[in-house]
Amino acid sequence: MSDTPELNEESVRAAADAALAAIAAADDSAALKAVRAEHLGEHSLLARLNAQLRNVPSDQKAVYGKLVGGARGRVNQAFAAKEQEISEAEAAAQLRAETLDVTAIPVPGRVGARHPLTLIQERVADVFVGMGWEVAEGPELESEWFNFDALNFDEDHPARAMQDTFFVDPVGSHLVLRTHTSPVQVRSLLERELPVYVVAPGRVYRTDELDATHLPVFSQIEGLAVDKGLTMAHLRGTLEHFARVMFGSEAKIRLRPNYFPFTEPSAELDIWHPAAKGGPRWIEWGGCGMVNANVLRATGVDPEVYSGFAFGMGLERTLQFRNDLSDMRDFLEGDIRFSQAFGMVV
Amino acid sequence: MRVPLSWLAEYVDLAPGSTPGDVHAALVKVGLEEEAVHRFDVTGPVVVGRVLEFVEEPQTNGKTIRWCQVDVGAENGGVRGIVCGAHNFQPDDKVVVTLPGAVLPGPFPISARKTYGHLSDGMIASARELGLGDDHAGILVLQRLGLDPEVGTDAIRLLGLDDTAVEVNVTPDRGYAFSIRGIAREYSHATGAEFRDPADQVATDAPAEGFPVEIADRAPIRGKAGASVFVARVVEGIDPTRPTPAWMIARLKLAGIRSISLPVDITNYVMLELGQPIHGYDLDKLSGGITVRRAQPGETLRTLDGVTRTLDPEDLLITDDSGPIGLAGVMGGAATEISDTTTRVLIEAANFDPVSIARTARRHKLPSEASRRYERGVDPEVAEAAAARVVQLLEQLAGGRATPLGARLHAASAPAPITLPDGFVAGLIGVEYTGDEVEKVLREIGTEVERTEGALVVTPPSWRPDLTDKATLAEEVARISGYERIPSVLPVAPPGRGLTRQQQLWRQAATALAAAGLTEVLSTPFVTAAQNDAWGAADQASVPAVKLANALDASTPFLRTTLLPGLIEAAHRNLSRGLTDLALFELGVVFRPDGGVRYGTELLPAATARPDDAALASLNAGIPPQPRHAGALFLGDRTPKQPGRAAEPSGLADALAAARTLARAVGAELSWRQGTHKSLHPGRTAELFVDTADGPVVVGLAGELLPALAAELDLPRVVAVFELDLDALMALAPSRLDIAPISSYPAATQDLSLVVPVDVPAGEVLRAVTAGAGELLEHADLVDDYRGPGLGEGRKSLTFALRFRADDRTLTAAEATEAKLAGAARAAEAFGATVRE
Repeated sequence: MSDTPELNEESVRAAADAALAAIAAADDSAALKAVRAEHLGEHSLLARLNAQLRNVPSDQKAVYGKLVGGARGRVNQAFAAKEQEISEAEAAAQLRAETLDVTAIPVPGRVGARHPLTLIQERVADVFVGMGWEVAEGPELESEWFNFDALNFDEDHPARAMQDTFFVDPVGSHLVLRTHTSPVQVRSLLERELPVYVVAPGRVYRTDELDATHLPVFSQIEGLAVDKGLTMAHLRGTLEHFARVMFGSEAKIRLRPNYFPFTEPSAELDIWHPAAKGGPRWIEWGGCGMVNANVLRATGVDPEVYSGFAFGMGLERTLQFRNDLSDMRDFLEGDIRFSQAFGMVV
Repeated sequence: MRVPLSWLAEYVDLAPGSTPGDVHAALVKVGLEEEAVHRFDVTGPVVVGRVLEFVEEPQTNGKTIRWCQVDVGAENGGVRGIVCGAHNFQPDDKVVVTLPGAVLPGPFPISARKTYGHLSDGMIASARELGLGDDHAGILVLQRLGLDPEVGTDAIRLLGLDDTAVEVNVTPDRGYAFSIRGIAREYSHATGAEFRDPADQVATDAPAEGFPVEIADRAPIRGKAGASVFVARVVEGIDPTRPTPAWMIARLKLAGIRSISLPVDITNYVMLELGQPIHGYDLDKLSGGITVRRAQPGETLRTLDGVTRTLDPEDLLITDDSGPIGLAGVMGGAATEISDTTTRVLIEAANFDPVSIARTARRHKLPSEASRRYERGVDPEVAEAAAARVVQLLEQLAGGRATPLGARLHAASAPAPITLPDGFVAGLIGVEYTGDEVEKVLREIGTEVERTEGALVVTPPSWRPDLTDKATLAEEVARISGYERIPSVLPVAPPGRGLTRQQQLWRQAATALAAAGLTEVLSTPFVTAAQNDAWGAADQASVPAVKLANALDASTPFLRTTLLPGLIEAAHRNLSRGLTDLALFELGVVFRPDGGVRYGTELLPAATARPDDAALASLNAGIPPQPRHAGALFLGDRTPKQPGRAAEPSGLADALAAARTLARAVGAELSWRQGTHKSLHPGRTAELFVDTADGPVVVGLAGELLPALAAELDLPRVVAVFELDLDALMALAPSRLDIAPISSYPAATQDLSLVVPVDVPAGEVLRAVTAGAGELLEHADLVDDYRGPGLGEGRKSLTFALRFRADDRTLTAAEATEAKLAGAARAAEAFGATVRE
């Protein structure tokens, strides 16, 4: 490096050729970096030849200046082109190298699920909220007065016997685990302004041993409308609308005479199940009727002015025939596969 | 109620060619729910045969069989050889022969088969094999049933085995439908076919008096005398050993009642036909007349089932001079039972108070066919006809003679008339029935209808005690004219307010936890005392809990005070099913009585009118608090082992993260600090709280189960849980937030390392720094916890990344540093923290 190169046409061309050859030979950014140092840097031959320009007689400066400048220009241009080429190739190579099997990417975390019973409670409530009804609540551990007396259950009604109802110890405290969501009817009529249009989803209790078809704890949805001029036709209209929202526009319902202490007239509600196992048929869905005048009296509503209807159905049962579930125990056993089969939607 | 169709057809014409399905469909229309169809399941050929002769052949197994020659009629192959194991017949006896090809209940197909060295070409049948009874006493000899049919006759028809019964569910308000009479009437309502009342087909004008009967109820229940009707008739000279006719046995059997003896079968038959329970006494075993009265303390009675029962003063009794001889309307006494030697019988057809009978049947756990009917109400006007019908059948079938001896007490009140305003039925049902139509239906069901100005006055028939007000009449009109006529009208509710905030937040809480990867489960609230106590406060040995008087499982009589036992049980079940990585949650009610409070209400207010506010308040105060809780449980791996990535085990961090997610979902800001709980790991327990103007309010806890407890529960060593009082948490969430303007000035970030004793919780240091740094500090994170050389024994260095920002200007580095040092100063004051340069 210490020796001073001679500036002439030959030496400039040779230096430029050497630089261009080196640029062409470079195939990655490291090699290119070395080429820059050797052929383009301030100690490169071309740079040193350029430095010789100051020793050239002034009348030849233009000629040599053009000679060296042209050579350096060609080299710089080639270098820039090569640099771009390598950077693009290397970026592409990196992307190639970063390729993952997307079917095998480790995904952190878990996937959760809601329970179908709580989901269907929400869904049913939404149907009624959409019609302007509200969602009412009441305690699961309830006074017998709300669960039975105010609902026109005589003190000797068989449902009040120990074989059906969970009583709190001591029995004389008159506390029970509510046997239906109907006490919420009583609470709604006592607490709300008339007219009342409410649904009450919730848990209820009966002294049935847990098996494939019985649960000691299950869920119901209760509906109550008390207003001036309500008739059984309004009951049917409401239930028909509900059935269609839940089961499709083709859904059909049927009312059959039945008996409940808290409604008169009373009816059993059947729903047509076109896809039932073993062929299409009517399936018992719930009970309903016109609110018994005694219930209205017990809650301070004048039965000569107001009338109303009420209905209730089991939600496990609803899911059972809607989703073809065979074993009721699945609702209460907490096996995660059951909730996860539904996910976040029912 | 099971209804043999041949019997039904005696009192109402069935539509020609009616199948059991058709009859069910007709009855469903009027509210009698379809239950089942019952048949004998016998198919032919089953014919009458005559035993010509037999040879007894002892066998090596000790039995002696009879090799019989039986004539079954030329058309059935003449004389057949049949092996028979029974010995209760003689040559010339007529028997029932099931020929090859017949099928008996079981199903038990009959074929010609080799047995005991003969080809047995059929089988001689017993009553049991035919499905007619439980009688093991050998084969059925037809002459003993009073039958002498031609050889070769079809025995299926002869014995009534071709009959079918439909079973319907009778609702508790319609006791009258617990009879062929009632069902025939309902079938007539459903189809319009003419009804012939069986009660009208027997004469009731025979004089019967002179037998002493007294109703002496000195303690009526709820003001109602225990007996309102008592009809007694005496029949002499019966032969109780005569056979019950085959048709009667078949009908009783189809109706679900076993044949016992002719007199008993007759009383049961009449009960089924008319709905009137009948009791027969051996008159020669009676001492003196009959008194109906309540039991005296300490009295006992041996009932027909052989059990000696101690009577309750509320029990209504039939007594004679010797004392109790029957539990009225429930079960007769053993001492006066009709036996094989009875010749004189006293027939009782009475009407007892439904409540009294129901209580006695329940008290003695003795539900009977009689009590079932009395509980639901028996027609008080049918007693005489029923008694007369029994007399008639005893005369016809048992050789008895009616006597003029009997009694007839009748104090039943007539049903009260109901005023039915014009238009009421249409207004309640929503169908524009004409006035004529309403009247027609009401007459059809047996009411007397009188037209007055603007209303009908309707007097229900004696068998319809359920018709008590105008709504019950409206139901009759709707029911008989068909519920299918009711149109569909959607009512328009007034504008609603949508879900309450609380209802929205409950949903949001559940959805947030599920979205965070937890799976919702539901459990039963029945637990042991130990399960509740394990999760009670550390300083209490036992937790106040609600106890059930009649738990299904005597070991779990308590209601849960916490959700954790249910979650632990669910975890256990999942583990046993091979599901080992779990993140479970439950949102549900827990039952949290306060200690020392007596809950409940001893005297319930009347339900005839709205109780006053004080009475309602007292009812509500008697109900234990039932807050809604949220609980979660984690075990196994949060993320399983995957390619290039080790499994991440779950633990307390998962519980805290989920609790925070839950709190955010209901609008609350949750914090935690070191906590303790007897069932949780002493070093891995967090107390969950919400900061309020009045200081922190604890809303729950999180932690890892004490490893010893986890082992005892058969769970893995690390099980993380949290439980929160969701109602309390939601109550602490601000209902409305004031949101400060979002500053767009640049942030200044600085780190702060503080050296503190190792036992100082980082969270406390962070709180001190945050408080000291003031408003400029926008956000702070703990980013490092260093313990090692250069700090001194028992000290640690906590590094916080701080982000400062002002609302109104770009902060200078000096301002940020000043705020940082103010934070450090507060930590120094509180914990002796020193800044580590």
